This record gives sequence, C-alpha cells and structure tokens, in this order.
Amino acid sequence: MADVLTIDKLTRRFGGLYAVNNVSFNVAENEILSVIGPNGAGKSTLFKLIASFLRPTSGEVCFKGERISGLAPHIVARKGVVRTFQETTIFRNMSVRENVIIAHHLQSRATLFGYFMGSRNARQDEQSFGESADDILQLLNLDHVANELASNLPHGNLRALGIAIGLATNATVLLLDEPFAGMNHEETMRTVQMVQGVRDRGVTVLLVEHDMAAVMKISDRIVVLNFGEKIAEGTAAEIQHDERVIEAYLGIEDESIGL
Amino acid sequence: MMPGKLAKTAGFLIYAAILLILVPRLIDSYERWDLYYTLTSVALLSIASAGVWLTFFIGRINIGQAAYALIGGYVSAVMVVDHGISFWWTLPAAGLFCAVVSVFVGLPILRLRGVYFAMVTLVFTEVAKMVALALPITHGASGIVNIPLPGALEIFGFTLIPDFNTLDNSRRGFYFLSVVLMLICFLGMYRLVHSRMGRLCFSLQQNEELASSIGVNISYLRIVAYAISSFLGGIGGAIFAAISQSVYPSSFAVADSINFMLNCFLGGLGYVFGPMLGTFVLYFGWDWLFQTGKYQLLIFSSILIALMLVLPNGLLSIRLPGWKKNG
Ligand SMILES: Nc1ncnc2c1ncn2[C@@H]1O[C@H](COP(=O)(O)OP(=O)(O)OP(=O)(O)O)[C@@H](O)[C@H]1O
Ligand SMILES: [Mg+2]
Repeated sequence: MADVLTIDKLTRRFGGLYAVNNVSFNVAENEILSVIGPNGAGKSTLFKLIASFLRPTSGEVCFKGERISGLAPHIVARKGVVRTFQETTIFRNMSVRENVIIAHHLQSRATLFGYFMGSRNARQDEQSFGESADDILQLLNLDHVANELASNLPHGNLRALGIAIGLATNATVLLLDEPFAGMNHEETMRTVQMVQGVRDRGVTVLLVEHDMAAVMKISDRIVVLNFGEKIAEGTAAEIQHDERVIEAYLGIEDESIGL
Repeated sequence: MMPGKLAKTAGFLIYAAILLILVPRLIDSYERWDLYYTLTSVALLSIASAGVWLTFFIGRINIGQAAYALIGGYVSAVMVVDHGISFWWTLPAAGLFCAVVSVFVGLPILRLRGVYFAMVTLVFTEVAKMVALALPITHGASGIVNIPLPGALEIFGFTLIPDFNTLDNSRRGFYFLSVVLMLICFLGMYRLVHSRMGRLCFSLQQNEELASSIGVNISYLRIVAYAISSFLGGIGGAIFAAISQSVYPSSFAVADSINFMLNCFLGGLGYVFGPMLGTFVLYFGWDWLFQTGKYQLLIFSSILIALMLVLPNGLLSIRLPGWKKNG
C-alpha cells in the first residue's frame, strides 16, 4: 500500500522544551493509525505540525511525496489533510446542518461573487452540499438534531459533529484529536463504528486517543510518543507487549494502558 | 420559504415607497426642508455604519471608518475641484480608492483581534487626519472649499440624473441620491449575509482556526470584507463632501468612528438592518436631547449605556409577543 503521509525527523521546540523530537513514521493509504502517549507527550503538537498549524523547528511532513510543512493551513486542507481539534470545536451559533454544509467549502466551485449573485454554480453547490450534509449527518447519527443550534448539543453529539465537519471537507487524511474524550462506553463504541464508517469511505484516519480499549479495537497500527519522542510503533498486539511502552505508562500513577 | 420571501420583498418595497414618496411629500407639505438634510445625513452615516457592521460580522471591532469617509471625501473633492471631473465618476472612484487603501492597511492589521485591532483602527482615524493636514494635494488645514454641486449624469445623451444646480432644492436631490444608495447598500448587504459568503464571514467570527482547517482562506476573506466595508465608508464620505461643498481634515474624526461603531451596537450586531435603525435612533436621539443643554452628553451616554445593558443584542432584538424569531 502506498504511503500518503511521510513524517520525517519532525522536531518542534517551545523554548527549551522539545514537544516533538525527531519523530519519523509513515501513514499508509486508508489505514487507521493511532498516536498514543501520556499527557504532554506531544500528540496534539504533532497533529498541529502535520496540518501545518505550527511550523516544525526541523524535519518535514510530506503528503503524497510533496512537502506540506510551512504551507498555510487552508492550503494543506485544500490538498486533503484536515485536522479536528482536541477541544470541541464547532461553529457554535450555526445549526448542526449549517456546520456540516459550511465544511464543504473546499468542494465549492462558485466564487464569492458567484455566491453573492446566486450564479448557477452557486445554486448547484448549495444543493449538492445540502445533500451530502444530510448523508453525513445520517452516518453520524446526527440527523435528528440537524436543525438544532450547535451550542445546544449534548457532549457526545458535539464530538460526532466535529467528526462530521472533518468528513464534510472530503479530506484524504483526517486527523482526529481525542474524538472519544468525555464519552461513556456506549457512546465511544458507537463513535468507533462511525470512524470505521469514515474509513470505509476511503479516508485515511490518524487519531490521538487516551481510551485504550477504543484504540486497540480500532487501530491498524499505533505510534507511541513519550516526552516528544517516538518510543514504539506497531500493531496493537506488538505495542501491548513493548517494554518501553509499559514503562512509559507505568511511570504515571493512575493512567493504565489497560492490558 | 416562498411566502416568506414574498413578504420580505413586499416589506422592502413598502419601506422604499415610504422613504421615496411619503416622506418627501410630508416634508414638502410641512415645508420642513431642514429634515431633508437630517435624513440625508442619517442615510449616509448608515451606509458607512453598514461597512463597520460587516467588519463586526467577521469578528473585528472597527473604530476606523471615519478615516475612509475622510479619504473618500478628499478623493471626490480633489477630482472635482482640481481636475474638473464629474462628481458621478468621483463617487465610485472614492469608494474604490478606499477599498484599495484598505487592502494595504488591512494586510498587516487584520490578523490582530479584539481590542488590538480596535486600537489600531482608532489610531488610523487620527493618522488619516494628520496625513490630510500634511499633504499638499489635500490643501492642509484650509481643506477644500467651494466644491461645485454635482452636474448632470448623462449616459448616451440621456439624462439619468439632472444637474443639481438646476434643481429648485438641491437638498431634496441629495436626499433621493442618499436614500437610493442606502437602499441599494442594505439590499446588497442582506444578500451578501444570506449568501454562502455571509456564512463564511460568520464562520470567521465564530472560530477562525476551525474555518481555516476546513480550508477557508481566512486572510483573503477578511481582506474582502474589510475592503467592502471601506468602500462604503468612502462612498458615504464623498457624498458628504458634495453636500457640504467642502472637506477639512476634521470633517471626520475619532468621534465619528466611534459613532459608526455605536450605530451598529445600538441597532444590533446580529441584524443586517441594525446599523440603519441604530444610526436613525442615535442621530435623532442626540438632536432631540439638544434641549437639555449642557446635560445633553451626560443624558445621552447614560441612556446608551443603559440600552446596551438591557438590550445587549441591540434594538432589533426586541420582539413583540407573537413575532416569530429570525425575521
Ligand atoms: N504553544 C505552546 N507553547 C509552549 N509549550 C507548548 C505549546 N503547545 C504545547 N506545549 C507543550 O508541549 C508539550 C506537548 O504538548 P501537547 O499538547 O502536544 O501534548 P499532548 O500529547 O497532546 O497532551 P494531552 O494528552 O494532554 O492532550 C507539553 O509539555 C506542552 O506544555
Ligand atoms: Mg493533546
């Protein structure tokens, strides 16, 4: 399988702190790859570097062989690498459906002026975005709240909306930062299925997650970070028996890798 | 959907008819010509305020609109007086000039947010005044005076707008001009806000980071919105200069910038027509309080503060029982 993302000796320093230190790995097309690690290990920073919300101190990220580090985030998104946020990030004062519709922005064919004038392309865009949004809302079980104001959604639905927004961008690679955070077991399992549904649509999924049960269940491969460095990489089974991983997690009082 | 659209169109046409037919009739029959001037001012100030409103809509507090009104006034005045160009050409030129200036001003400052952007725009108002004082082309402190009234606007020998000198009341002429432009401006603004472009602007207001992660070119969109805003400021300023037949460095100052912003607050930041209502109420409220003499400013500011506390979403957020939401 071809690699869509190549992360090469990626390093990001904040003052004296190496948040991400010399990390390299590849992401194959259409896989689900999880990045795990204790709090502060550098997972979110890694995602921000990949989506080009941060510039690397050194090293680079290539998407399909082309360097994307250093480009503006909206350009990287346009190429097909889209990141969702660790914090629940949505457009609070729009309806759920509007949130998903606006996230189709990259597929728009009409210009701003065309939208203003209501050109033919603009009307076609509106229609196809609406239809696609309804599809996505259904896939993520959000259809019954489609017309609610996003800020009124319960927590579990907010996470799903975050994923829906990512999905609506029609990204090739979707970076999900803690999509299961704050969910109970049942919600998590439902969302795991949604993420698998997203992958079945041909999307490559990178995810950061603390919920080990979910990570083990969903991931094709796992990358483990600790203090900014990659300490292991492999399948769930390989990771679970890796000395360094067990050590990294045992070093923390109440966090358990759930072995 | 359709009946709602019909009702809106009808409402707009009735509103236009009131402004363009009923109001002039009343003014003429009561011979209150001064009201032409007052209402013209309201119309022009609300055009400039609409621009400020649009910058609010992308999440920026703009206290610099007076600068563009001033620039627009000078562009038109210089072209008319020093180069003998027809006012009707200078009007769009003033708007476009302001739009271009705003691109250069906006590029560095639009990435600032909140109070930082607000402060820089406030300073920009002052800078515009200094520049007007210093440049030879603006004739320094003495300004540009004796600007001739707009001539006729002819297209293919067909007189679209008569020469203002031939009108028996040029104030009425300016009234019609300003009201028509105001109606066009707010119609365009309504359309913009309800198009996908409006949704995109709204997405910036709420979360720029998320907007850029779904692929929105946020810096481009911000510049476009700011340029439209400044265009409107320039148009307003150019007509003001034509009406008063003069423009000075102090024609538009920091106080005006603040008023443009207050107009938006008062009318309601969530409503396209907010700046129109806000300007009307603020302008007439201030005039009306004139009778309170030295307490005018005190009473005026107290009422404003009270209004903002009671109605944080502006006057248009008042809903009579039975009104449906989202009108
Ligand atoms: N903008 C920044 N400036 C300075 N330090 C930062 C910045 N962003 C992150 N850091 C530091 O970098 C380290 C890695 O942070 P990061 O958010 O990537 O961790 P994480 O693995 O996502 O943690 P969590 O599991 O808690 O989300 C932390 O020590 C953090 O304090
Ligand atoms: Mg994190």
